[in-house]
Amino acid sequence: MDKPIKKVDIIFEIGDDYNALDVLDKALARPADDIVLDLIDSGLKGRGGAGFLTGLKWKFTKNEDSDIKYVICNADEGEPGTFKDREILDRVPEKVFVGMAICGYVIGAREGYIYLRGEYNFLVKNLLNKLETFNKQLKERNLDFVIGIRSGSGAYVCGEESALFESMEGHRGEPRNKPPYPTVAGYNKKPTVINNVETLVYVAMITRLGVNRFKELGTKDSRGSKVFSVSGDTPIPGIYELELGMPLSQFVDEFADGDAKAVQVGGASGSCVPRKKFGDTIIGFEGIPTGGSMMIFNSSRSMYNVLHDYLEFFTEESCGQCTPCRVGCQQLLKGIEAVKRGEKPPAYLDELKKLTATMRIAAKCGLGQSVGNPFNSIIDNFREEIIY
Amino acid sequence: MSKYLVNLKINNTPVSVEEGTTILQAARQINFRIPTLCDHPDLNVAGNCRVCVVEVKGGRLLAAACATPVSEGMEVFTNSEKVRTSRKHIIELLLSEHNADCTKCFKNGHCELQDLSSEYRVGDHVFLDLVKPKDKIQDISSPSIVKDDSKCVRCQRCVRTCTDLQAVSALAVINKGDHQKISTFMGKPMHDVVCTNCGQCINRCPTGALTERNYIEEVWDAIYNPNKFVVVETAPAVRVALAEDLGFDPGLRVTGKLVSALKKIGFNKVLDTDFTADLTIIEEGTELLTRLKRALVDKDEKVVLPMMTSCSPGWIKFQEHMFPGLLGNLSSCKSPQQMFGALAKTYYADKINIKAQDMIVVSIMPCTAKKFEAGRPEMRDSGYQDVDFVLTTRELAMMIKQAGIDFEKLEDEHYDSVLGESTGAAVIFGATGGVMEAALRTAYEIVTGREVPFTNLNINPVRGMEGVKEASIKIKNVKPEWSFLEGVDLNVAVAHGLANAKILMEKVHAGESNYHFIEIMGCPGGCLGGGGQPIPTTPEIRKKRAEAIYSEDEAMVLRKSHENPEVNGLYKEFLGEANSHKAHDLLHTHYKPRKRY
Repeated sequence: MDKPIKKVDIIFEIGDDYNALDVLDKALARPADDIVLDLIDSGLKGRGGAGFLTGLKWKFTKNEDSDIKYVICNADEGEPGTFKDREILDRVPEKVFVGMAICGYVIGAREGYIYLRGEYNFLVKNLLNKLETFNKQLKERNLDFVIGIRSGSGAYVCGEESALFESMEGHRGEPRNKPPYPTVAGYNKKPTVINNVETLVYVAMITRLGVNRFKELGTKDSRGSKVFSVSGDTPIPGIYELELGMPLSQFVDEFADGDAKAVQVGGASGSCVPRKKFGDTIIGFEGIPTGGSMMIFNSSRSMYNVLHDYLEFFTEESCGQCTPCRVGCQQLLKGIEAVKRGEKPPAYLDELKKLTATMRIAAKCGLGQSVGNPFNSIIDNFREEIIY
Repeated sequence: MSKYLVNLKINNTPVSVEEGTTILQAARQINFRIPTLCDHPDLNVAGNCRVCVVEVKGGRLLAAACATPVSEGMEVFTNSEKVRTSRKHIIELLLSEHNADCTKCFKNGHCELQDLSSEYRVGDHVFLDLVKPKDKIQDISSPSIVKDDSKCVRCQRCVRTCTDLQAVSALAVINKGDHQKISTFMGKPMHDVVCTNCGQCINRCPTGALTERNYIEEVWDAIYNPNKFVVVETAPAVRVALAEDLGFDPGLRVTGKLVSALKKIGFNKVLDTDFTADLTIIEEGTELLTRLKRALVDKDEKVVLPMMTSCSPGWIKFQEHMFPGLLGNLSSCKSPQQMFGALAKTYYADKINIKAQDMIVVSIMPCTAKKFEAGRPEMRDSGYQDVDFVLTTRELAMMIKQAGIDFEKLEDEHYDSVLGESTGAAVIFGATGGVMEAALRTAYEIVTGREVPFTNLNINPVRGMEGVKEASIKIKNVKPEWSFLEGVDLNVAVAHGLANAKILMEKVHAGESNYHFIEIMGCPGGCLGGGGQPIPTTPEIRKKRAEAIYSEDEAMVLRKSHENPEVNGLYKEFLGEANSHKAHDLLHTHYKPRKRY
């Protein structure tokens, strides 16, 4: 439990011996099945937040019988408080490309796309330049795989994988009914691996450093390290790569300003942890899983305002398609306003908590399902701030 | 490919269904009703209202029964505590976004959301009212369709109808989150967009967000006005559907009671659109034969073939918007409704000695586009607006209820004369393929002197609910004056629903069709599935209405339009002959290209 916090530097490390293409060649020299087995063995889970075993996802897609398959890099990083993928794509894009190419090789895809959120369009020029070279290099290696870029239009929900496919196909960015899952019917209804930017980089890094080096890091349930975007009331905001499985108290000691009263783990859709629980909260899949955002709030912050901002965000960014999410978000937002103004009794907050239970199980996608995380954790831990 | 069976349990009851079946369908097979809202048998699955959520054992999430396929060993619970609580929440959420001013709503008593809220007893407004004041402003720009955003529950049935079923896409989902709504291009009024007024969206809207512009009060005013002589005409598809709105099962023919009810309501004369349906066959059939002669004998290159029917005003407007280059293919004949109006205020008014300006013509139609059609500037050939008010089948049912008429106990009565006599050929206008069948019955006989070579006059290839139907009839042993048609294969096609019409039109547009004559009805199933028909209209109900129509035809003494004695009298006394100058003045029209947004 009290493992000392460890900063690691795998993703942004560029050693003298480092060459992205060497990593690719190393992968291409091995049978695809071995790569999948390694990935499963490594315990790498998706770094987007949901935490599905990456190797398993690849295996399912690999086993699908289809002439056409796709690799999609989900670069629609839109979770408030998260800005790590931008940094990765800006500083080490080749590592992302290599991860995608390895995936293409393993599952038998000929096309890969980086779905880049609209707000990151400033990265496009640089990425395209680098891709031109990289695609050429793939050709030289006789790997029948090409990577392209698709730009999103700035809808948060398009980070949800099926909404992302809809958007790529030119439709409204709305999540699809599941099943079928992307491994069976993703982009263009073909088997698709969709991985977050960071996940693909870790694939490249596992290939380079070996499974064991990766497994040394983290815990049984949360293997490896992870990139965190640290923001809020911290003297040192920024991007840090940390080992998974650390207690939040150590994180706060390292990054907060000494007056932290809460940390929002996992962005606006994550959970808000109050000071009294810092000690027994693990950052990792056995504790609070996170897409990478850590927002620190000190005593100067109004948690009502924090929650209000989050709810405003979700109310606007819900695709609006399903009732629990579209109307539920509005009710939560208007509900805390009504309680604040005294138009509804404090007990109304409990009605709203019951509503989040419905949203959690009845909304169509992760957006509506996760709004209850910030709502309940803030209501439960800072109830008086919401009411008075 | 044969499908294998999947075994599952629903509420502990075992059931085996074909793979690919949804939980909703499986539950229905063993009579567990799961409530739905965004689901509709005519439309693709959306899974967005979430009213149909059920619990699947072992699942973290509830599943939308309409959108979740069954799997082997699945255990489903449709009424667990979680399910009931969630479902109630969902209905409460829908209500919180809905203008629940039910007593003032045209759909009061026919609203699916109202039914759901009454079933789940959610009257106490648990959640805050979210209706935006600006959404309460109704769009009444269209003479056919009223759009009230404050009553919209965003189920998107209308959008799926307009886009998938009708290929029109006048309605679309715009914005996201709390700003999400159903809108037209740039939010323009319904009257200014590509909307064909077909009313299929109304038929599928579960609430009062989309309703027909109703003219009930205007018609009552006319009836009460002692200075007006009010004539009513009824379309063929009304008589096989009206009963559904009065509490009877689909497929019941109520022609006699319909006439009787209209007389009791106080219309001065109750006449039949079927009369002008027969007349349409004579005019349109003659037009077709004329076009064929000009093409085949005169080698006139300006003749446009295939000729297309023009009875369905939704279809006409679709053509004007989407395929303006093919407007020349349309028959110049007015629809039976408009032929009736023009004759009522000229020939008929003269005959009964009423001044045209003192006459009000009301038509009862299965169609909302007819309201638009009646107001077209081209439709004033009598010197006045030929048809003054158009009521849907639903509006008539409402009038019958308002008048306190006990429909079940009514005696059958007959239509008044003249413009009241009709044949079986006119009756089948109400079903897809009916105009084609009626036209062939007459055209074949005119050309050959013999009845169409089908058992009992039933031309089965053009019947049924297939989207696009084709038939070919060899014309043999013709009368001498039609010798140019000897041995010709007359190729015809029929489409119903505008998405099917589009398929045919693209074929014609690409020059890939060999058809001579095409019948198109804007609504699925033809008029019997019209946008003004009782709600719900489903594939099953359309089938029953169609059966009723064909049985009405078989029950008639006269089944060929050219045998209608009153129509023949009309030509003799008034019009002269088919396609005469006078007939053209009153019974034919023209069309215009329209914008496509």
